[in-house]
Amino acid sequence: MCAADRSMPETMIDRPDPQTDRQRPSRRTFGLRKVRRETLLGFLFVLPALAIYAVFVLLPLALTVQYSLYRWDGFNTPTWVGLANYTNVLTDPDLLNTIFNSFRLIIFFSLIPVTLGLVVASVIRRSATGSLGNVARTVLFLPQVIPLVAAGIVWSVVLSLSGIANQFLSAIGLDGITRAWLGDFDTALAAVGLIGTWVLLGLCTLLLLTGMTKIDPALYESARIDGAGAVREFLAITLPSLKQEIGVCVTVTVIAALRSFDIVYVTTGGGPGLATMVPGLDIYVLAFQARAVGVASALAVVLIILILVIIVPIQWLSRENGE
Amino acid sequence: MKVDRRELYSGRLLLVILMAVTIVPFISMFLTALHPSGSVPQGLDWPADPQWGNFVDAFNVAHMSTLLFSSVLIVLLTVPVSLVISTMAGFAIGLLRIPGASLLLLLFVFGLTLPYEGIVTPLYYLERQMGILNGRLAIALPLIALYMPFAVYWMRAHFITMPPEISEAARVDGASLWDLFWKIHVPLARPPIVSLGILMSVWTWNQFVLALVLVEDPNQRTAAGALGAFQGHYATDIPLLCAGSLLILLPTLIVFVAFQRQVIAALLQGSVKG
Repeated sequence: MCAADRSMPETMIDRPDPQTDRQRPSRRTFGLRKVRRETLLGFLFVLPALAIYAVFVLLPLALTVQYSLYRWDGFNTPTWVGLANYTNVLTDPDLLNTIFNSFRLIIFFSLIPVTLGLVVASVIRRSATGSLGNVARTVLFLPQVIPLVAAGIVWSVVLSLSGIANQFLSAIGLDGITRAWLGDFDTALAAVGLIGTWVLLGLCTLLLLTGMTKIDPALYESARIDGAGAVREFLAITLPSLKQEIGVCVTVTVIAALRSFDIVYVTTGGGPGLATMVPGLDIYVLAFQARAVGVASALAVVLIILILVIIVPIQWLSRENGE
Repeated sequence: MKVDRRELYSGRLLLVILMAVTIVPFISMFLTALHPSGSVPQGLDWPADPQWGNFVDAFNVAHMSTLLFSSVLIVLLTVPVSLVISTMAGFAIGLLRIPGASLLLLLFVFGLTLPYEGIVTPLYYLERQMGILNGRLAIALPLIALYMPFAVYWMRAHFITMPPEISEAARVDGASLWDLFWKIHVPLARPPIVSLGILMSVWTWNQFVLALVLVEDPNQRTAAGALGAFQGHYATDIPLLCAGSLLILLPTLIVFVAFQRQVIAALLQGSVKG
């Protein structure tokens, strides 16, 4: 990465470096013209991607920031309100609660799938090296392929009052706790979270399993000679070797928790009350149902920044002395 | 590897339980779909008189053929264009190393963690101004743009590993930049392009929030978007809802089972690099 890399493209095309030019005039001029033509062509290769990215991602992003500084119902003239919408997002208990809900979802979307994924991957590696392990891989991965909307519909049937979850609980004598899991203030968020666990467990398991196959078997041999048991072996060898893979799993699943929308929209719509409301869904509700585009946009900006602030350190930690 | 018997059996039991938790919801859905339309079936329960006709009804009320056609069309509008322009950009950034390449890469990577909900509101007003709201392009164009961070990063990761000798040899033979790209580097980049194509097809098929906000007519949406609308209409008729959902899921499941190796590999690589 040289210094020239950072300068603006236009200056590179228009203005050849005068010093190098003076050193070897004749050949250099010819070479530069060719290089400049090539550079120009090179930019043409990036142009289509950059153009559509600018119009449909960067421009809307800038507009989100702009909207967040106005009060606007989507029809009439917007009124400038400065940072009032942000104050609103960061002080209104309902809006803050949506952010906390997405943090609570991290337990189910990230902590459980990654931990359980470590266990399942170890089990497949140690106890199911044959066809059972292969079938388990495919089956556990299945929820990752179907639309999240479909996962939501499947589970809203399973967790309904007459669903199989309650049928099972009754069968093992737990009639007392059966309920409409997604409609109960106390259980709705956890129920939504468990759907996330169901979706993400397979992905984590397979990612971690891929990492485990790269670990040198000799390490395990020497651990065994030292008399280490399964748990000791797991803590001393498997876990440290998987630092990068765990980093990837945590990154992907935490993002999934913070930007959750589809599952919540389909199963609870944010309810009961606001018990399962998350920022992604609240942006939609505020902008298109409550017609509060400004507040919705401020929440969007907060969400975008929140994800960056959480993900960048995770990436940094897992990459650091990773290789 | 020597594993004692207790660990062996408890491990396998855990796998079987988890597989059951994955599969049983689908079975429950299938059985529910066979109950009389409008009834409220109890979990796992084989109906006395299986209503296979529910699937036909759901096929008709959900406009299944229109809907599948629409989803395929959106994938065809989105994925090939995304593949071509991201491969070109990855080529220029990773292999030609044009001036400002690292800056351009940073600009694209910046969009990697961007939640779609974060920009969907302005997209709505922007597309209304452009007059493309409520058509399939309303979904396809932003999707292409939203794929660029990942796709460019992915293709650049491939091109940066290509030894310069390949390009130099072609240059000596007088190949133009376009020939170098199209005739030499694109064929060499087939594996990452195929994986990227699979990934983006799955993402497009499953895309929900853009379809929900930008297109009102479910018949012009993606499969996931149409499924959301279907659920909104038939939430009270659970057997019909289950039959319709299974039908909409069927193509995904068939493709997954048929190409499971490639799909799993692509999705795994996708998360590692994403």
